[in-house]
Amino acid sequence: MAKQVFKRPEALKENTTHYCPGCGHGIIHRLIAEVIDELGIRDKTVGVPPAGCAVLAYNYIDVDMGEAPHGRAIAVATGIKRTRPDLVVFTYQGDGDIAAIGTAEAIHAASRGERLSVIFVNNGVYGMTGGQMAPTTLLGQTTTTTPGGRLPLRDGFPLDLSQMLAVAGGSVYIERTTVTSPKNIIRTKKAIKKAFQVQMDGLGFALVEILSQCPINWKLSPVAACRWVEEEVVKSYPLGVIKDAREKSN
Amino acid sequence: MDRRLMCGSHVIGEAATRAGCRFYAGYPITPQNELPEYMSKRFAKMDDAIFIQAESELAAINMVMGASMAGVRAMTSSSSPGISLKQEGISYIAGMELPAVIVNIMRGGPGLGNIAPSQQDYFQATRGGGHGGYRTIVLAPCSGQEMVTLTMKAFDLADAYRTPVLVLGDGLMGQMMEPVTFPDPIDPAATLPQKDWVLDGAGGRDSRLIASLILDPIDMEQHNWKLAGKYKAICESETRHESYLLDDAVLAVVAFGTAARIAKGAVNRVRKAGLKVGLFRPISLWPFPEKELKALSSTIKHLLVFEMNLGQMVEDVKISVGEQATVDFHGRPGGIISTPHEIAGEITKLIYRYDTG
Repeated sequence: MAKQVFKRPEALKENTTHYCPGCGHGIIHRLIAEVIDELGIRDKTVGVPPAGCAVLAYNYIDVDMGEAPHGRAIAVATGIKRTRPDLVVFTYQGDGDIAAIGTAEAIHAASRGERLSVIFVNNGVYGMTGGQMAPTTLLGQTTTTTPGGRLPLRDGFPLDLSQMLAVAGGSVYIERTTVTSPKNIIRTKKAIKKAFQVQMDGLGFALVEILSQCPINWKLSPVAACRWVEEEVVKSYPLGVIKDAREKSN
Repeated sequence: MDRRLMCGSHVIGEAATRAGCRFYAGYPITPQNELPEYMSKRFAKMDDAIFIQAESELAAINMVMGASMAGVRAMTSSSSPGISLKQEGISYIAGMELPAVIVNIMRGGPGLGNIAPSQQDYFQATRGGGHGGYRTIVLAPCSGQEMVTLTMKAFDLADAYRTPVLVLGDGLMGQMMEPVTFPDPIDPAATLPQKDWVLDGAGGRDSRLIASLILDPIDMEQHNWKLAGKYKAICESETRHESYLLDDAVLAVVAFGTAARIAKGAVNRVRKAGLKVGLFRPISLWPFPEKELKALSSTIKHLLVFEMNLGQMVEDVKISVGEQATVDFHGRPGGIISTPHEIAGEITKLIYRYDTG
């Protein structure tokens, strides 16, 4: 008798992916589904996807989902969570969604200590619209709207939203990870699980920023894209726990 | 039953609470600050009600969207510039077929305008307001008591049709104190029908999705036809208006909200002088009481539309009556409150012009 050692998580639907080859979203979707399975919360989880590549997250993650306007996922999630505190509510947002058009919602939800788990996928570009500059784009990085590379006093400096949110009084747990290697994927899953647990323990706002690769818009091979994250992106966005106030909150 | 003396914004807050509203999110803006203040105080005494002072109008309407997804009766309120900011959210709420109540206590505009009473948002309210060709039910009270009944009705209509409903007042309606009678509050958990579409966790059922993204144009067209069917049903069943002294009238003033209140004073004044004039007051601005006004124009051949703007509802009046009646307009934009004397003068001029006294 063969022992089954790997299977599709129950919280993951059996659908063909629409993501580009080498994209990080599929990995992250799976990690969320695994965490939901392991915590046994599929029947009380509600997700709020962003506008952007991951708007179709509901085609993959098999929980109740409510779509939000661009940037407003955290506000919609706040409405759901406050109404039904017994639910586990997460948002899934890209860098444009949470760090540009939705910055205010993120900062104030963190300030209020909303019991939400935010999955912030940072790939440094607007992916779905074709690779324009994002608030998180690195200095000098070429995008379709920074043809000669990002210049700080023309295009702005890269915005480190996670650091900004760490200052907020109601944020409890913030960690930055990546999904470029098996080791990093395992770390990311642990961080996602912690972010869900912080919410379930009623402690406050939790966020995991995941540096993800966008080979198509970066015009790199999937392998080179992973290397770019590990060698270049982490210089501006260092990996690790940015805030952990779980003890203090208790 | 419960009789109290209250300002209009407080009346709306109390009526909403009694209608089973259990979620309110809002942002301060004059002249409606009394409403979020009332909600914060009222909900603080309740175990099952949530008040959030949001960081922005955008956040407030999107919090209401989320609360509605979770199944609770939810409301936000603002005044003209703030309502403009909420329009994106209202479009999504309409597209996702969620119930929600939005209160607009209008002020003078455009832009930041002022904080004086105005009716300059009629177009915005009755044409959907945001992108994508949707409609919202719009109810326009003209007294404290009607703010009770229409606010409560707004929640019923929002649930019945799964659509956003606007309560459209103005600075005068919001600030004015009047005695009002409230019906007994309902217990939403015990009395309201269960919603079988809410997001409450996929336990023992398939997961649910509430979304407005419909990428395939064939499916998007079908969704639009579905909305069109709903809007048709609303037009057939939900028009509301008041007729005042119209039976023998040769001229009718057409006005809504505060303007109708002023017009009623003018009608009473000219009646004393022997002029046969009445008032037709649309209460639902969308759906507009088009058939009722058309029927009226088969006997009353002269209409005077009075609005606290440059002429917005007058377009719906003209569409309704066609060539069956003359349609004149008198308007005061920018937050000016006309007197009954001024409107009586306009009425009298028309009576002489059409030689119909």
